[in-house]
Amino acid sequence: MPDKRFVIPRQDINREAFAASIPDFNRRSEIMKTDMGYKCSITNIVRLTEQEKLFQLHILESREREIFRFRPGQFLMLELPGYGEVPISISSSCSNHEFLELCIRKAGHVTSALFNVEKGAYVAVRGPFGSSFPMDEMSGNNILLIAGGLGMAPLRSPLSWINEHRERFENVDVLYGVKEPSQLLFTYQFDEWEMINHIRLHTIVEHGTAEWNSRTGMITDLFNDITINPATTYAIVCGPPVMFKVVCSYLDKLGIPMNRMFVSLERRMHCGMGKCCRCMVGSTFTCVDGPVFDYWSVMNLKEAI
Amino acid sequence: MIYKVISKAEFKRFIDTLVLNNPSFGPRQVDSDIRGDAVYHFLPVTSFDDIAFDYTATASSAKHFFLPFREELSRFAFHGQDWNQHINYDTNPIVLIGLRPCDISALNILDDVLLNGHFPSPYYLGKRKNTFVIGMDHLPRPDCFCKSMNHHSVQTGFNLFCSDIGEEYYLSINSSKAFNFLKEFNTRDPHDEDNCRLVERRKLISNSFLSEVDVTALPSILDIEFDSPVWEKWGNKCLSCGTCAMVCPTCYCYSVEESFAIDLNGATRQKRLYSCNLVDFAVVAGGHNFRPKNGDRLKYRYYHQHRGFAENANQQICVGCNRCGRACLAGINPKDVINDLRMEKESCLTNVSLSPGRT
Repeated sequence: MPDKRFVIPRQDINREAFAASIPDFNRRSEIMKTDMGYKCSITNIVRLTEQEKLFQLHILESREREIFRFRPGQFLMLELPGYGEVPISISSSCSNHEFLELCIRKAGHVTSALFNVEKGAYVAVRGPFGSSFPMDEMSGNNILLIAGGLGMAPLRSPLSWINEHRERFENVDVLYGVKEPSQLLFTYQFDEWEMINHIRLHTIVEHGTAEWNSRTGMITDLFNDITINPATTYAIVCGPPVMFKVVCSYLDKLGIPMNRMFVSLERRMHCGMGKCCRCMVGSTFTCVDGPVFDYWSVMNLKEAI
Repeated sequence: MIYKVISKAEFKRFIDTLVLNNPSFGPRQVDSDIRGDAVYHFLPVTSFDDIAFDYTATASSAKHFFLPFREELSRFAFHGQDWNQHINYDTNPIVLIGLRPCDISALNILDDVLLNGHFPSPYYLGKRKNTFVIGMDHLPRPDCFCKSMNHHSVQTGFNLFCSDIGEEYYLSINSSKAFNFLKEFNTRDPHDEDNCRLVERRKLISNSFLSEVDVTALPSILDIEFDSPVWEKWGNKCLSCGTCAMVCPTCYCYSVEESFAIDLNGATRQKRLYSCNLVDFAVVAGGHNFRPKNGDRLKYRYYHQHRGFAENANQQICVGCNRCGRACLAGINPKDVINDLRMEKESCLTNVSLSPGRT
């Protein structure tokens, strides 16, 4: 029989308050059930292109739906039970508290499985994680959004914010480049953006087709179409790794200050919480310090772009 | 902190009682290596005599009690189309006996990273709370450089710390649990003479270090030397096996994997310790690898170890135990790499291999 005097008492943290409550990922530094997701049902699936689908999710519990508040540029971890978790940037407007929209490309193990699920299936989300675009700081200025390929997905959230607060911004230009016309995302919203929100949308494709009657070339060719006033312009850039280097150095040469250029980076993430170190760039993590960085930080971080 | 002195015979009685009443782990010799040196490992112990108190350092660190190689994060139970998620933070109390100051420092660093960051880890917290740590000082191995990292002595992070002062142990008691246990044994308050012997012991340990690594301003040197050919040179030697991260007391990087239960009625999400030297560490979906070269990945390990990341307030996380250096199959050790970086070896630039880096 063990002698009670010398037995180390068991401290069961399952009994602590945090273990019974819903995690709120906006309250950082507090201990919480960080691996517990919010259960969602997939309410709609829209096929955007050959490779991308737009998933509309609805968080089932109203309490969790209230807690889940994000800012443009943040991402979440999408869980498909049994397959795994993937970091996905949120494409919907942050004022839409009912539904979340995620633009997902079929790229890996989890997303391939996700392409086989149907409307009504249950998935889970954890988040929101990461940093966001400083929309308030940008107010009163011209905005230049530059998207390459799937880079449009994370930019749709700041763009919705701009559209909802259109009077706070001067000129808004969107430069959007893809490989082929069939890869353009959110084409059904182009008219709305241009006509209703007065966004100047410039699209370009690398390889045009017979029906394509707009520009062909690289995204940098679009800079000839617009005039940029470096003193009053904020730029947001998102795209494949090669695009950052070209676009950012061009904007840098134009004279846009480094702290007014924002990029959204992409890395492999496993936890979303700065613990697994998979997404480290330089000395910071894409998941807690990013994915939105200003160009100054990116210049300082090694191997960021 | 309360200080007491206990005779070695009484200490044996204390350990025996503790071991008898709690699941306990201590250093035991498991094998001897090619040079005939003993190889130690933290294993279950049932009595004082099981424990090799005179061990130098274990081959693998004590972190695996807190960060197991595989750990279940959560579990899913499927009911038709629906599912439920369950998380259990169950842990049982254990006693860890004979941790070295560098091992305890490593735990303090892990506390910093895993408990003081943006999202504290409840899994780690549960294990940390339920572990009773008994530390013990030791004379360094010839290749230990923990003095350079200032981790050859430790002030917090343990329940009880024992310093060998001849016929007795000088105890630093850092928790009420430890104090309560010791009440049942014969201890006495330290005299002046004991304090002198403790200082002497500490001096002896401090003077016994043969290896030294100059880490002054190392973070900035790492930044400046980011494109140094030193990384390619050592990267070409590196086998990308990840052994260094497995034995390291502070490496905590991991990957998360999910798998279905064999009856397809459930799934588990598991965390698996990972190494930044493994080739697919920075591969994103779609196949792009942000760090395809051995040298890039090796560099990142040194970055993490000696520069630290934001989660850890940019503190160095290396404690200087040199486990990675001893375990490395390619003979890479931090002392040589850092010295090379500092260009203390004149030859380092001329020796750089011109062959293309292995990918």
